[in-house]
Amino acid sequence: MTEAPLLEIEDLRVSFATPKGPVEVVKGLNLILGREERLGIVGESGSGKSMTGRSILRLIRSPGKQTAKTLRFDGLDLMGQSNREMRQIRGARISMIMQDPKFSLNPVMTIGHQIAEALQVHEKLPRRDLQARVIEMLNSVRINEPERVAKMYPHEVSGGMGQRVMIAMMLIPRPQLLIADEPTSALDVSVQAQVLDLIEELVTGNGMGLILISHDLNLVARYCDRILVMNGGEVVEACAAKDLHKASHPYTKGLLAAQPRMQETRDELPVLDRSGGAGT
Amino acid sequence: MSSPENPKAAISLKDLDISYGDTKVVRDVTFDVAEGESFALVGESGSGKSTVLKAIAGLAPDWTGEISVLGKPRGHGTDRAFSETCQMVFQDPYASLHPRKTIDTVLSEPLAIHGIGKRSEKVVEMLGAVGLDQRFRFRFPHQLSGGQRQRVAIARALMLEPKVMLLDEPTSALDVSVQAEILNLLKRLRREQGLTYLMVTHNLPVVSFMCDRMAVMNKGRIVEIAPKTALYDGSFADPYTRDLYAASGGNPDADPALAAASESKDPA
Repeated sequence: MTEAPLLEIEDLRVSFATPKGPVEVVKGLNLILGREERLGIVGESGSGKSMTGRSILRLIRSPGKQTAKTLRFDGLDLMGQSNREMRQIRGARISMIMQDPKFSLNPVMTIGHQIAEALQVHEKLPRRDLQARVIEMLNSVRINEPERVAKMYPHEVSGGMGQRVMIAMMLIPRPQLLIADEPTSALDVSVQAQVLDLIEELVTGNGMGLILISHDLNLVARYCDRILVMNGGEVVEACAAKDLHKASHPYTKGLLAAQPRMQETRDELPVLDRSGGAGT
Repeated sequence: MSSPENPKAAISLKDLDISYGDTKVVRDVTFDVAEGESFALVGESGSGKSTVLKAIAGLAPDWTGEISVLGKPRGHGTDRAFSETCQMVFQDPYASLHPRKTIDTVLSEPLAIHGIGKRSEKVVEMLGAVGLDQRFRFRFPHQLSGGQRQRVAIARALMLEPKVMLLDEPTSALDVSVQAEILNLLKRLRREQGLTYLMVTHNLPVVSFMCDRMAVMNKGRIVEIAPKTALYDGSFADPYTRDLYAASGGNPDADPALAAASESKDPA
């Protein structure tokens, strides 16, 4: 049983109906995620990377539709689950960290309360234990004075701290798979590294799988084992993170080259060829 | 009272303190940007870097000290003559363009305010200069992509032919490949029109590509002014700057790798 991959996706498709007929935003994605594996999904806006992340939790909102030949998590067929059953899985077994803590936290609930709620939904615990778990979790995401912070409201904490609260909330039910959708793009560089180090540490220590979704190639290369590069709803390249600079697909190469470097010697950055239209 | 030490400075700030209400957010900022130079302000959110730009542009009027642009001291109010020499480009092109005005209206407006004629020709010319097709002229912002909108925002700033441009994170809302296009555009415009840039960013590689020097800000103060070559080897004097540099990943392609990396880009 432990030998089976944590997540198996075959031919995942997500489409939206438009007046001109359905538009597919994810076009037949295949993916296998091992236990304790860290997978990065990289792509530009509109490449379908976030839709892929959401569809694993079956969170594609109507009128969007998702279909898949296989969507199996830990031996469980996710496509066959009812909404009610999905709710038991979301948060408890697969959880997702969203992009911006400012919009993802409930502004009228204290931080301690919100984290406790995430746990309460899935586990019945005496109140004292609940409180202890919350404080322990806040400690493990390196928040100083957790007792005080637990009583604060989201607007009283900084962005980096808010994101750590989000991580605490997502990890407190001890999920097996964590999907992090641009977890740091709203944060400063220095805080970014802290948050990702923290995610990495918590993931590797607990035998969790991680899917890190980002538009930042270098960042993903630093924190993942394997990388999928998406463009226009399709995976154009899959490679080990350490081989990213050997990428062969022109799109990946283009993305890599378009990034300015610390020691920039080029006079002009190469841009991707967008055939048709006047570019962006 | 134009800056006595350096009469050639395009932007000269001296002992600049800026407050929002009772809170002082920027203290003791002093630096000169030479004419034709591209200067970066680097720092984390809340370090006051955007506030410095706002004060220069006249959007944060509560300041003390001296600000002069092209030798002329700047007053605290809005100043019509000033906007002909100095313009600002904002961070988020999704928020900085009026949603109900066409691109043509947006670009003609500064000309109308300043009573400049030949508007139509100038709009056409400017669209060309920023690399936008003429068919975008009568469209609305929502019909444009993020990169196209940022081009419009740059065009709008350039309509009055200013000499000094204030750029507030002009590419942070854009994808990498689009960022490359906008950075190339800004670099070309600077070369062609002899512009001076003061650019706020938190992205150190962008500084390496675009700028000659940078000032690093932390908690409202400038902790260090360094040339861009410091980015190559991380030779920063201030510990805060070194942390920031390390957090950005340092310089992974110090010498040998650099050659390999530039091999891999194919001109296609």
